[in-house]
Amino acid sequence: MSELSALTLEQAAAGLRAREFSSVELTQAVLDRIGSVEPDVRAYLTVTADEALTNARAADQRLRNGGASLLCGIPGGIKDLIATRGIQTTAGSRILEGFKPPYNAFVIEQLRRDGYVLAGKCNLDEFAMGSSTENSAYQVTHNPFALDCVPGGSSGGSAAAVAAEEAFFALGTDTGGSIRQPASLCGVVGLKPTYGRVSRWGVIAMASSLDQVGPLARTVRDAAIVLGCIAGRDELDSTSTTRPVPDYLSACERGVKGLRVGVPKEYFIDGMEPAVEQAVRAAIAELVRQGAVPVEISLPHTDYALPTYYVIVPCEVSANLARFDGIRYGVPQPGETMWEAYANTRGSGFGAEVKRRIMLGTYALSAGYHDAYYVQAQKVRTLIKRDFEEAFEQVDVIACPASPSTAFPIGAKTEDPVQMYLADIFTLAIPLAGLPARAYEAASEWSHSQCRERLQVGGAQ
Amino acid sequence: MSRYETVIGIEVHTQLLTRSKMFCGCPNDYAGAEPNTHVCPVCLGAPGMLPVVNETALRYGMMAALALNCTIPEFSWFERKNYPYPDLVKGFQLTQYSYPIGSHGQVNIGTDAEPLRVRINRVHLEEDTAKNTHVTNAAGESYSLVDCNRAGVPLMEIVTEPDMHSPDEAVAYLKKLRDILVFLGIANGRMDEGAMRLEANISVRTPEEAEAGVLRPRCEVKNLNSFENVRAALVYEVKRQAQVYDRGERVRQVTMGWDLEHGRTVVQRSKEEAQDYRYFPEPDLPPLRFTAAEVDAVRAGLPGRRHEIVSRYQQVLGLDAYRAELLAQSPAFAAYFDAALAVCPQAERVANLLLGDFMAEVNDRRMDMESTAGLPPAAETAELARQWEAGEVTGPQVKQLLPRLFDTGEGVEAAKAALGIRVVGAADELTPIIEDVLAANADAVEKVRAGQDKVFGFLVGQVMKATRGQADPGTLNRLLREKLGVAG
Repeated sequence: MSELSALTLEQAAAGLRAREFSSVELTQAVLDRIGSVEPDVRAYLTVTADEALTNARAADQRLRNGGASLLCGIPGGIKDLIATRGIQTTAGSRILEGFKPPYNAFVIEQLRRDGYVLAGKCNLDEFAMGSSTENSAYQVTHNPFALDCVPGGSSGGSAAAVAAEEAFFALGTDTGGSIRQPASLCGVVGLKPTYGRVSRWGVIAMASSLDQVGPLARTVRDAAIVLGCIAGRDELDSTSTTRPVPDYLSACERGVKGLRVGVPKEYFIDGMEPAVEQAVRAAIAELVRQGAVPVEISLPHTDYALPTYYVIVPCEVSANLARFDGIRYGVPQPGETMWEAYANTRGSGFGAEVKRRIMLGTYALSAGYHDAYYVQAQKVRTLIKRDFEEAFEQVDVIACPASPSTAFPIGAKTEDPVQMYLADIFTLAIPLAGLPARAYEAASEWSHSQCRERLQVGGAQ
Repeated sequence: MSRYETVIGIEVHTQLLTRSKMFCGCPNDYAGAEPNTHVCPVCLGAPGMLPVVNETALRYGMMAALALNCTIPEFSWFERKNYPYPDLVKGFQLTQYSYPIGSHGQVNIGTDAEPLRVRINRVHLEEDTAKNTHVTNAAGESYSLVDCNRAGVPLMEIVTEPDMHSPDEAVAYLKKLRDILVFLGIANGRMDEGAMRLEANISVRTPEEAEAGVLRPRCEVKNLNSFENVRAALVYEVKRQAQVYDRGERVRQVTMGWDLEHGRTVVQRSKEEAQDYRYFPEPDLPPLRFTAAEVDAVRAGLPGRRHEIVSRYQQVLGLDAYRAELLAQSPAFAAYFDAALAVCPQAERVANLLLGDFMAEVNDRRMDMESTAGLPPAAETAELARQWEAGEVTGPQVKQLLPRLFDTGEGVEAAKAALGIRVVGAADELTPIIEDVLAANADAVEKVRAGQDKVFGFLVGQVMKATRGQADPGTLNRLLREKLGVAG
């Protein structure tokens, strides 16, 4: 039955409807697949086999009753940054080892409403800080297409699980590229929605003003199905939008004829791998062949995106991670004094990159530095946003690479944090502008403005 | 006479009487609750939890700001005030830092004729912290317990300019402020249970420095949980600082506590240890916007100012200050009284009914006059007062009727019919009863005739008893005196 796991989400949904197989069979096929490839890939921190089969039996009942959604009975993987009730949620950190939240994230409730099957919790860089998933406190995930290489990060477990057919889709989170870059490195589709499109309630925060949940899947249409399920207003997330959720799947039917595709010159830089540039150029050429109109554009503040990002993110991190003191939850470490207990708990619970960002952010927000770093970065953020607003007066979408390189070897960048930061050079600017973006198999990246209906660009891939 | 002028600024923190907490749905009323029972993942700072602003708290903030004559900004936002401590579950407190909900206000602590204005620097909203209890057990181990029931309770801080120049003025301001907040119905003003917390900033200076507008270093005194403690601490500090300067030394800018037991201030930390709170806007909440229409609507809904109501009751209705103050204890009570007056304009009678038997009934039922829910309609209470005034019911009957009005919500006439209450006022009805009573109490009759007027009351009581409280007191008095042949 293991070939079932290779289906697309849409094919699997069709098969369930046609009674070709049951959700229990489909789920068992995915669990079998996990059993056979997981020793090499290590995409999951927790495989929830019992939960999955329970979900599957309930889904089969709903499928028999009719009227079930496309996600009913479909196994998916969830980044371990997203709270799942009663199921360990670690954020990839020792400090949350054994933490079983008493609540589900909003996105999990949405998926449950549609009857999805929880296959397991996916590995990630600790607290989503990283671009290779090597910062996980638990394990290193391997790129399914090149086992000695990283899957990208921070949603590397989610990308690898989808690529290795260990799930039909996965949820990731993207702050500066954490969905798109691993999707790109693992050859799957990854979508970072517009900020506010998806509720962050129950998603452990890295940088609240940038974090966004999105789907990873093997086709654009599959990603559209998942996004349609998880998007929408949540009264408990004041930053979630009240704008209605469009029908993403039917939007995929539209062609690209006449679509103005912006090609930003700043995103084709010296030092990027020739293979990446070739693939992106070829993808753009294919769009043009299908009737899209290429337009060269400029995003002049692109160079400032990385420094801006690495001021704002650590500032928010320094506050967001202050709550992990081991008192109410998590793993406490004793100390002679209260301050020593704090230091021991956080010192042993957090990894190096997390500590680095907490220190950077604490420094950048401190009296005397606050204006030079935090305030200045917010100003530059506005300029970056304006770049995109101006560009979208000329074009409907922007096409550019999601990563300057293909998957790099495990261990290649762990010694140099800045090299690791540079892996996100092409994905950082878009969230700073609050914009959505999508990474595709061709290692190309599409971002588009508020014209959400333009998603069919993806359909042309 | 000291050669120094005193300069005092006051900071007040008050919890707001909302139903739920500032950023989550947990009940705000935690008094007496078991520790950590009024909590949820949001106010425990659990991973992935997000705040949602309590709209009522925002409205209360606007009410206070407007009542204190403050300007309300068009935009505001909450900011994260970062510091680590076990009572701060998120490691930061959400507070309005850059743009408080109210600023540039003032409050008059003098009279209309001789105003004494205290400027309000800011009114801002924030969340309360959890409560730490430090414990040393029998084995000598010491540790802390954290109760998160209080974490996230809406808190409002009101900061004055250094405009008060004596402990008396500081206390006058505090009383005035508490009156305003309690009257608005947004705070309970309880200092003993920590719902209202007081801090005073105090410094002294020479008249020349006052002239030049120069301030000397100030000391902040915390832990003041009564007006008397404020006064005592300020009196102590004025004297202490003057002595320090007179010795030729300097006063250091410090934060102090008030040691109630020894009646002295104690240094808690110096300015050098002041923390850097690394404020930045809370990214989990969009900016707040206060439109002119919203502000106007809140302004229109504000109750009249309490002191204006009190002075109206005194000057227009002729009530004494004590009863005027009591009637204006809450906007709801004042409105109830005003509504009753529309039916029964005899203010004295209505006031006596409301503050007497009516309040007793309210208290017996453990209700309060913060809202009019559960009270009889004001028109019926007024009708009762009118009938009492007109002699259509007697005092004892009022006591009988009130519980029924509270219980059933029916009108006075219906209640009278149901209880069989009427007034025996006609002479031909009362005379035989009086004669019976006199015959049965010959001793008492003798005493009254011998001039023991106290005993007259006894006979009145006996007649009342015989009529089951239905005798009209006026007629009864007149007839009884006639029968006994004694003057009134």
